[in-house]
Amino acid sequence: MTGTWISTRAWLLMLPLLVVMTAVIGWPLVDTVRLSFTDAKLVGTEGGFVGTANYIKMLGGSNFQRALVTTTWFAVISVAAEMVLGVLAALLLNQQFRGRTALRALMILPWALPTVVNATLWRLIYNPEYGALNAALTQLGLLDSYRSWLGEPGTALAALIVADCWKNFPLVALIALAALQAVPRDITAASLVDGAGPFNRFRFVIMPYLAGPLLVALVLRTIEAFKVFDIIWVMTRGGPANSTRTLSILVYQEAFSFQRAGSGASLALIVTLLVTILAAAYAALLRKAAGAS
Amino acid sequence: MERQSPLFSVFIHASALLLAVVILAPVAWLLIMSISPAADLSAKPLAWWPSDIDLSRYRTLLSAVENSAGAAFIASLLNSIKVAGMATLAAVVVAVPAAWAVSRTPAVAWSLYAVIATYMLPPVALAVPLYMGLAYFGLLNSVFGLALVYLTILAPFTTWLLKSGFDSIPREIESAAMIDGARLDQILRILTLPLAAPVMATSALFAFLLAWDEFFYALLFTSDQRAKTLTVAIADLAGGRVSDYGLIATAGVLAALPPVLIGLIMQRALISGLTSGGVKG
Repeated sequence: MTGTWISTRAWLLMLPLLVVMTAVIGWPLVDTVRLSFTDAKLVGTEGGFVGTANYIKMLGGSNFQRALVTTTWFAVISVAAEMVLGVLAALLLNQQFRGRTALRALMILPWALPTVVNATLWRLIYNPEYGALNAALTQLGLLDSYRSWLGEPGTALAALIVADCWKNFPLVALIALAALQAVPRDITAASLVDGAGPFNRFRFVIMPYLAGPLLVALVLRTIEAFKVFDIIWVMTRGGPANSTRTLSILVYQEAFSFQRAGSGASLALIVTLLVTILAAAYAALLRKAAGAS
Repeated sequence: MERQSPLFSVFIHASALLLAVVILAPVAWLLIMSISPAADLSAKPLAWWPSDIDLSRYRTLLSAVENSAGAAFIASLLNSIKVAGMATLAAVVVAVPAAWAVSRTPAVAWSLYAVIATYMLPPVALAVPLYMGLAYFGLLNSVFGLALVYLTILAPFTTWLLKSGFDSIPREIESAAMIDGARLDQILRILTLPLAAPVMATSALFAFLLAWDEFFYALLFTSDQRAKTLTVAIADLAGGRVSDYGLIATAGVLAALPPVLIGLIMQRALISGLTSGGVKG
């Protein structure tokens, strides 16, 4: 069989997927670009060409700048915490102790819980009048009076980050654990014989095995955290006083609550560009790491 | 095995206990809220253990009396099953041939990376045209429309999983059959697809869970019982003026049950699926 026929056949087999992807991803993306240069409304008005007015308005607005800061805080802190907690949990699960298998199975629970159920559960835990967190802290004598964890700008974002971490650190732990189990036993044994302390052992013997998988987890989690919508919408809707309004929430409000499709589309593309830059930077990092090892 | 000092062993066991409590406590509290009498949940100090097991909320949500909370809940449950089922089926149908082609034809592999790159796109980048398109075709507030939109997530994801599945089936088996004079469709039907059946089942389950979990598009594109999915119904309950928090918790337990059961049963496949991308890097 000739090479041409083989690649023609491959393209034919890929045709259904490519048609679907063009219809549900390609076309909407192109149309978002078109809309971003118009003043179209979501319903009714087709809108006329306005050039880069939407971009200038959105980039210059304080809403965008504040949402960018909020999103960055959310992404950096929750992903960093998930990485640290995940690796610590993986190191623990890699030890010998009774109940290890059961504990490893438990780690699936937060991951399997639907995002909306997780958000609802934590919303109930943080409830200002009847929530379990208030009850537990006051009964332990750590808190004088009940607080509205999600209702105060000072604590709402932190409360969201805790809920997000609880759901996602077990996934990092499972990925790190699989990497740890790939470390050959004789290497750790040899490092012990050579007198390496726990820190040096982690840094020079274990870390090389962990770095690759962790980096991939870091990339995926950061991109997800940067796009965050569900957990915030269910728990605070971006409030109080817009203190938890991330970029995706802002786009939703602009395009759907205020029905300004044009400026909403320009904002969405700005977010897309930021995610792409982030992903490209990570890709370069990954290639460098792959080249180094 | 390294020697463990007693102190180290105590430390490990204490940490394991702490981890178990951190993981279990929120889930256990969700279960307890769902079976506690309403009075216990609003008591001060809070009753941590139900004074009496109250299963009435499960009966309420699972009974289809017309115009009741149960009818709305069951409608959204059925919508979730329909949407996730249709989207998964469609995704597998388009992904199987594409994944096989990419796996066997390295020259076209770049197209797969283009498909996977769409994973980075925030859903907000597609939402406005999708909304207008669905409105144009009369598919807003329809399970078919929502299932179609879910292909934006499910199709790339399934193709990626299936491609690594096909990669693990040696192509020598296929070339041997080809030399013996079998046609391509026979090879695929008799050899490759049966060998790939476990991978296809795992991919389909993952895709189903992904659709079950989806919230953003469902929030935008559905408005009432005809198409609202479980995630939207639960968010409505949580954000509404429901005075019985136990009812919200019960809806959460019921929505979490299928993915949690699948997660626990499929542990092994799940972990290898989660890590294969990571380990291969």
